[in-house]
Amino acid sequence: MTTATIIQSLASGLLMGLLYGLVAVGLALIFGLMDVTNFAHGEFLMLAMYMTFFLFAFFAIDPLLAAPLVGAAMFVFGAVAYLLVVRFAMRAKANIGMVQIFTTFGLAILMRGLAQYFFTPDYRSINVSWLGGKTISLGGVFLPVPQLVGALVSLAAFGALYFFIKKTDFGRALEATREDAGAVALVGIDKNKVFALGWGLGGALVGLAGAVMAMFFYIYPDVGASFALIAYVTVALGGFGSVFGAFAGGIIVGLVEASTALILPPSLKSVGIYAVYLLVVFIRPRGLFGSI
Amino acid sequence: MDDAHSKRRLRDLIVAAVLTCIAALVPLFVKDVYVQNIMVLTLMYAALSQAWNILGGYCGQISLGHALYFGLGAYTTVLLFTKFGVLPWFGMLGGGLISAVIAMALGYPTFRLRGHYFVIATIVIAEIGFLLFHNWDWAGAALGIDIPVRGDSWAKFQFTRSKLPYYYFALVFCCVAWLVTWWLENSKWGYWWRAVKDNPEAAESLGVVVFNSKMGAAAVSAFLTAIGGAFYAMFVSYIDPESVMTFQFSLLMALPAVLGGIGTLWGPVLGAVILIPLTELTRSFIGGSGRGVDLILYGTVIVVISLARPEGLIGLFAKRRKEVAR
Repeated sequence: MTTATIIQSLASGLLMGLLYGLVAVGLALIFGLMDVTNFAHGEFLMLAMYMTFFLFAFFAIDPLLAAPLVGAAMFVFGAVAYLLVVRFAMRAKANIGMVQIFTTFGLAILMRGLAQYFFTPDYRSINVSWLGGKTISLGGVFLPVPQLVGALVSLAAFGALYFFIKKTDFGRALEATREDAGAVALVGIDKNKVFALGWGLGGALVGLAGAVMAMFFYIYPDVGASFALIAYVTVALGGFGSVFGAFAGGIIVGLVEASTALILPPSLKSVGIYAVYLLVVFIRPRGLFGSI
Repeated sequence: MDDAHSKRRLRDLIVAAVLTCIAALVPLFVKDVYVQNIMVLTLMYAALSQAWNILGGYCGQISLGHALYFGLGAYTTVLLFTKFGVLPWFGMLGGGLISAVIAMALGYPTFRLRGHYFVIATIVIAEIGFLLFHNWDWAGAALGIDIPVRGDSWAKFQFTRSKLPYYYFALVFCCVAWLVTWWLENSKWGYWWRAVKDNPEAAESLGVVVFNSKMGAAAVSAFLTAIGGAFYAMFVSYIDPESVMTFQFSLLMALPAVLGGIGTLWGPVLGAVILIPLTELTRSFIGGSGRGVDLILYGTVIVVISLARPEGLIGLFAKRRKEVAR
């Protein structure tokens, strides 16, 4: 193991970590807003990847151009999922935590089944895209261009989200609702509308991630499951509800995964992520930046 | 305890006895092997879910990592049997004890975690277990282990000609899990667990040793789950990490209790009786097409029941009873 290989793996780990952060941030946002964990988050990602694939297959739209379209479509999907399903789970009078877990979980299984039915279980991939297969060399470190652009998209999305939460009216309504939903209702803000927009925003963010990831991952109905657990760990590592935590958590997860792959056989690379999660919560039971 | 309470407990016991007698007679009339197979799995999941319910329902510690204990039970039994010729009965007991000890060792750091942090920790720990077994060559790694057939006998717990012995074992297992819950529900532990679930701080201030009572629940729950894993391994006579340790199993143990009625005596049984045949039937009749109709149906059922009956299907019975009483 030379210094060059170590730097090389850490660099790709960092790029992957930024993407993990983008995958996870929607989850963190929704949790911070209303204390709900969306167990169908992986399936949201899967749907976004399929959208990107079909835009490419039928209309020859490059994933990079498709990203904003997929983000917009996933915004609508997220808001609709809230209004049609999750809204009712919030009204449960008994076992509210369990109802939320299993409602979103049932939604995940349903989406996976629908994907198998309509898209078949075949593995798909986008083999010719503008960026696909290209690498660039930065001071001797080779970086795949799709991953690099993905990482830049992630940085841009986090920047935009920060601006949005701090500077716009809706962002302020979002912050206020997460602080105290009851008081917000008193000043005339419709809680349901804010929640629906929160789910839309969460969907749009994971939609962007899906469009980027469709460039270099296989697309199949179960693809979400493999990224979902990493997303939960990312969010929990950073601290539930913290958007910045998801960003930091993503980078940590990416770097840990890359370093584990240097030491252990590749099939055990996730063990490092899980071990770091356990270590962090045993020391800080609310994650690195969590307040709840 | 007041009169109504002990009357209710006696009635539960009588209902359970009657149901057990009926269940014991069913295979005399149902000879179809396929149906018998579903009945064995239903009883097994009813027992497993009952075990999950002790920790998840009564004590309120939602674990989505019980596949770890299921897998440990299965692997201990199979490894002892195939490598050292130890009879499965000892393996079953050994697997149960190992799981109980590991559950307490893991509980020591994890029971300080709350809510989602705890749930994710349980998933992650089970996943680490899965990956370790997946890479452990001596234990068959990804290829798994075939259990050699050594002839039908109760001593070796192998039956190739008939499913009935497995059925009756599963029935006994289910009864034991139910009785343990029935007994614990009314014990000092049962009251502690409900106190811990409702309000851990208040429980602590009233002198409930919160930590110890969680540890107790975890040990009992893991022990019973491992027995189920050991049974399943002998029943299917082949194991690999995919078939005994995946997240799928953790979920299948939690779901019947949740859908039937979490933290109730009858919830896991009711949930399993509805859910397991539904899963198996859709899988074999529709799922064979590989087009995911089984998942669509399954997902819809979970969403609808969770939304329509948040207290579980057992609520349907409670409601009717109340109306009758009126």
